[in-house]
Amino acid sequence: MSRLPSGGRIDRSQPLSFSFDGKAYKGFAGDTLASALLANGVRLVGRSFKYHRARGIFSAGSEEPNALVELRTGARREPNTRATTVELFDGLSAQSQNRWPSLDFDVMSVNGLLSPFLGAGFYYKTFMWPAAFWEKLYEPIIRRAAGLGRAAEGTDPDSYEKAYAFCDVLVIGGGAAGLTAALSAARSGARVIIADEDFALGGRLLSEQHPIDGAPATSFVAKVEAELASLPNVRIMSRTTVFGVYDSGDYGALEKVSDHLAVPAPFQPRQRMWKINAKQAVLASGAFDRPIVFGGNDRPGVMSAQALRTYAVRYGVAPGNSAVLFANNDYAWSAALDAAEAGVRLTTIVDVRTEVAPALTARAKALGTRVILGGEVVATSGKVLTSVIVRSGGREETISTEVLAISGGTTPNLHLTSHFGSKPLYNKELAAFLPNTPPPGMAVAGAAGGHFSLAATLRTGAELGAAAATAAGFNATPVAAQAEETPSGISAFWQVKGARGKAFVDFQNDVTNKDVTVAHREGYRSVELLKRYTTLGMATDQGKNSNMAGLAIMAELTGQGIGETGTTLFRPPYTPVALGAIAGHHRGKDFRPTRPTPSHAWAKERGAMFVEAGQWLRAQYFPKPGEKDWLETVIREVKATRASVGMIDVSTFGKIDLKGPDAGAFLDRVYINMFSTLAVGKARYGVMLREDGIVMDDGTTSRLSPEHYVMTTTTANAAKVYQHLEFCLQVLWPELDVQLASITEQWAQISISGPKSREVLAKVVDAPIDVSNEALPYMGVAQGTVMGGVKTRIFRLSFAGELGYEIAVPARHGEKLVRALMAAGEPFNITPYGTEALAVMRVEKGHVSGSELNGHTSARDLGLGKMASTKKDFLGRVLSGRPAFLEEDRPILAGFRPVDKTKRIRAGAHFMAIGAEPVLENDEGYMTAAIFSPTVDSWIGLGLIKRGTERWGEKVRAYDPVRGEDIEVEICDPAFVDPKGERLRV
Amino acid sequence: MRIPCPYCGLRDSHEFTYLGDATVKRPDPAAPNALDTFSDYVYLRDNPAGAHRDLWYHASGCRSWVVLERDTRNHAIGGATLAREVTP
Ligand SMILES: [Zn+2]
Repeated sequence: MSRLPSGGRIDRSQPLSFSFDGKAYKGFAGDTLASALLANGVRLVGRSFKYHRARGIFSAGSEEPNALVELRTGARREPNTRATTVELFDGLSAQSQNRWPSLDFDVMSVNGLLSPFLGAGFYYKTFMWPAAFWEKLYEPIIRRAAGLGRAAEGTDPDSYEKAYAFCDVLVIGGGAAGLTAALSAARSGARVIIADEDFALGGRLLSEQHPIDGAPATSFVAKVEAELASLPNVRIMSRTTVFGVYDSGDYGALEKVSDHLAVPAPFQPRQRMWKINAKQAVLASGAFDRPIVFGGNDRPGVMSAQALRTYAVRYGVAPGNSAVLFANNDYAWSAALDAAEAGVRLTTIVDVRTEVAPALTARAKALGTRVILGGEVVATSGKVLTSVIVRSGGREETISTEVLAISGGTTPNLHLTSHFGSKPLYNKELAAFLPNTPPPGMAVAGAAGGHFSLAATLRTGAELGAAAATAAGFNATPVAAQAEETPSGISAFWQVKGARGKAFVDFQNDVTNKDVTVAHREGYRSVELLKRYTTLGMATDQGKNSNMAGLAIMAELTGQGIGETGTTLFRPPYTPVALGAIAGHHRGKDFRPTRPTPSHAWAKERGAMFVEAGQWLRAQYFPKPGEKDWLETVIREVKATRASVGMIDVSTFGKIDLKGPDAGAFLDRVYINMFSTLAVGKARYGVMLREDGIVMDDGTTSRLSPEHYVMTTTTANAAKVYQHLEFCLQVLWPELDVQLASITEQWAQISISGPKSREVLAKVVDAPIDVSNEALPYMGVAQGTVMGGVKTRIFRLSFAGELGYEIAVPARHGEKLVRALMAAGEPFNITPYGTEALAVMRVEKGHVSGSELNGHTSARDLGLGKMASTKKDFLGRVLSGRPAFLEEDRPILAGFRPVDKTKRIRAGAHFMAIGAEPVLENDEGYMTAAIFSPTVDSWIGLGLIKRGTERWGEKVRAYDPVRGEDIEVEICDPAFVDPKGERLRV
Repeated sequence: MRIPCPYCGLRDSHEFTYLGDATVKRPDPAAPNALDTFSDYVYLRDNPAGAHRDLWYHASGCRSWVVLERDTRNHAIGGATLAREVTP
C-alpha cells in the first residue's frame, strides 16, 4: 500500500470501493481515481495511442495526457476519461484502454518496432498508394493498432440539460488568484460567479504548504470560501469547467452535476451545459509543470513534480517507495520537498543547473536528500519505473527509484486567452508563453498570467478582481493577502542530448523528439506545419503541457528563438465536452416539439396513421379494418371524396393576417398577380417569387374588408413567408402602412370537398350564412358563425379540385368542428382523408406543390407565367425576365401517363427521347411527382420537361437508373381531372 | 454573441436570424438597366474585413428587422437600428 499513514484532504472515515480492470480496490472520499490507483500501488494504467507504450499517471489535473481510462460500464461507458479528474465514488468501475489481450501484456506494443513507419507524416507517406488499399487494408490496420477508448454502444440512460447565467464578474478558477479575485469583486456588490473544475476550491493551495497571512493556506481557503458562500451576490460553481470563450462576454461551461455519483439522483442531469454571460472575466486558471524530453520519459512512474506534491499533500499518497526529482527550476524543488515532508522518500534531486538557492539545498539536506547539480536523467528502465540513469560530471550512475518527478518549468494555463485568435507571446525570462491579448473583458491573474509566486498570485487576483468589478460599474478595492515572494530561478532546458530510447514530446499522440527532427528535415518548420505533420498538440489535451518542448526543439533546429518560432492556437473546448451535453434535452422525441393539429385527438381515435409534415404531425391516411395496405385506403378515400364528400384538416397551412390602408398595394408588390383589385369577400390564388425570379410560395389570399386580408401559405414555408413579408415591409417599403400577424396557431381550418360538401356545410352554419352557389360562389368568402355561435370564416376553394370549402374556426373549436362535420356528413358517407389522398388529388388536378416549388422553378416553368401582371412591378419581376428563364427549351410543367397503363411510374425518373442514349446531354427533364390515380385508373405523374406545354401527346422515356426502370410515357395536360374546373363552380 | 435589439434590449444572437448585407438597396425596377442593377443587388456582396452593417431578424422576439453595425474581424458591435428607421 502506498497510502501515507496520515495527512491529505481525504476523509479516511469514508472508504469507497472501486474496481480497475475487474480488480477490486479501496479508496477514500476526496480521492480521484488517479490518487486511489496510486494509493493501491497501481502505476500502469493505459497504453499509448500509436505505439501501445505502457503509460502511468503524469499529472494531477485536467492537463493529463496519459492516464485515460474507460469509465463505468454498459450504456454509461465513457472512453478517454482522465483518471486525474475523476472523483472517486463507491462502486466506480474503470477499465484500461487500447490494450489487447491485457494491459500488462499488449500484443500491439510491437508497434514500437514499426515506429519507422509510424513516425512523423506517416499518414501521408506510408499509405498514399494505391488509393483502393486505404479502405480495405490500411485503415482497418491503423484503426486496430492506433486509437483510444471505445464509445458506449447503448443509448445513454442519463439526461443532460442546458442553463443560462448572467454576472458582472466571472472568475475562472478557484485557486489562490481566483479566490482573491472573487472576494475583491464580490465585496463591492457585483454579481460574481466563480467556477472551478475541481470538486473543492483552492487549486494549488490544497497541495502547497506555504502560509498565507501567517496561517496555513487551507484555512485561508476555508475563510474565503465561507465568506463567498455567505454573500447573496456570489455563486460558487464547483465541478464546472469553463471550456470556451465566445462573443459578447459569453462563456461556455460544463457542470458535472452527477459524474461523482454512480447514478444521478432522481430528476438530476448527469451534466449541465451553461452559457454564462459576464460583463468582465478574470481568468485564474493556474499553470502546469511541463515535461523534459529524455529517453523513456513516458515510463509509468514518471510524473510532474507538482503532481507528486499533490498526491502526497492533498491525497496522502506516496506514488512509489522512493522518488527522484529531475528539474531546472526552484518551484519543482519546493514541490518535491513538500512531498518529502509529507512522507514521500525523496532520495535524490537532479538539477541541470549548477547553482541552486541555498535555502533549497539546505531543505534537501535536512531531509537527507542527495543533490546532484549539473546533472541530467538520460534514460529510465523497468516496465514501470525501477531505475533511472543519471549523467553528471561526465559519468553515469544508475539510481533505483519508483517515481521520477520531472519539471522543465512552469507553463501558464492560458488556453482560454487564445480563443479569439490571439497567439501567446514568449517570455524569455520566465521561459514560458504568456497571454497576448485576451478576449475583450478578460483579464488574466496569477500563474496563468505568468505571476507564478504565491504572493504575486494572491496580489494579481485581488487587483484584477477589483478592477473587473469596477469596470462593471462597482466600487471595488483589492483584498489583501500576504505570502512569501518566491522566484522560479528557472534555467531554460528542454531536452537531454544523446537520450537513449524514445524521448516523448507529446505523450498523448506519441510524438517524439525524432518526429520533430524529421519534420524539420523535411521542411515542415512553421509551427502550424509541424503540428499537422507530426500531430504534435493535436490530441484531446491539445498539448497543454507538451507543446512547449516541441516548439523549443524546433527553435533549436532552425536556429530561431522560441519567440520567433511561435506557438499554435488553443481552441475551444478546453477539455473534451460530451456530445450529450451539447445536445442537452434535444434528443429523441425532444429533438423538436411534436406539433399536433387541432383534430389530432379525433384522428387518433379514428385509427389514423400519422406523418411528420414540416414541423407538424398530420394524419396520413385513415385505414379501415380489412384494408390490406395504404394504397387501398388512399384509393377509397379519393373515390369517396370525388363521389360524395371528404374531409381533411388543413390547419397546418400558414395563415397571415394583413391589415392597413396599404395592405392591397403591399400584396401587389409581393405577389405576381393583383390583389388590390380583389373584391371584399373574395379569395384569389397567388404566387410569390424571390427577388431572383424563382417561385417562393403559393396560396390563396382573401379580402375580408377593404383594409383586411388574410393570406395562406404552404405548410412548409409558413415561417419563411412571414419573415419575408416582414422584410419587405420593414426593409424594402417602410413607407407602406400595413400590420402583419401570424395567425397559423389561432385558427383551425378544415377542408371539405366533393359534390355533397355544400349539403354538409349547410348543416353546420348558423344563419344568416347562405351557402348557396349564388350567395357563396367559387372563390367566395363568408363570415359569421357555425355550430351555434362559433366564429367562422368560410372560403369556397378546394385543393382537391371539387366543390369545396375551407372552414376556419378559432383553434380551440377545431376538434368540435371536425366532429360536427362528421356527424353532418354521415348521410353522405363523409370520408376523412390524410396527406396521401390529398397528394393524389392534387396531382390528378395538376396543382403544384412542394416537389415543384423546389427552388429551381420560375412561374413560367410551372405554367403560371400568365398570372403575372404586366401593370405593376412585383418582387422578382425584373430578374424573372432574364434570358435563361425565357429560353424555349426550359423544362415546363406537364402531365405524364404510362403508355402501358399497368406500369408504375415514379418521381425522380428522367425524361429522354425514345431510343436516345441515356446520357446527360439527352436529358429533357424529370418527374416531380407520381401517384396511382383511382380517377384515371393508372399511375400518373407531374414533371418538368423541355417545352412541356407544346408536346402533349408525344411519347418519351421515363428513365430511372436508380431503380432500374425505363418506361414509355405520354406527355399530357397536367390537369388529369376536370381540366376546365367545372366541378369547382357547381 | 449578444445583439442590442432597439426594441427588446440586449438579447442572445440565437433569437435572431441572419440575412446579410444591410447596405444594398433595392434598385429602381423601372430603370432601363434594371436587369443589370438587380443582378448586382441580388448576387453581388462586398466582403469587408472591418466595419460592416448587416440585417438580423428578431424572429424569437419582437420580429423587427434590425440593422447591426458589426466589425467582421472581431464581432465588436457598434450599434443597432430598426431597419424601418434607417434612412436610405
Ligand atoms: Zn426585438
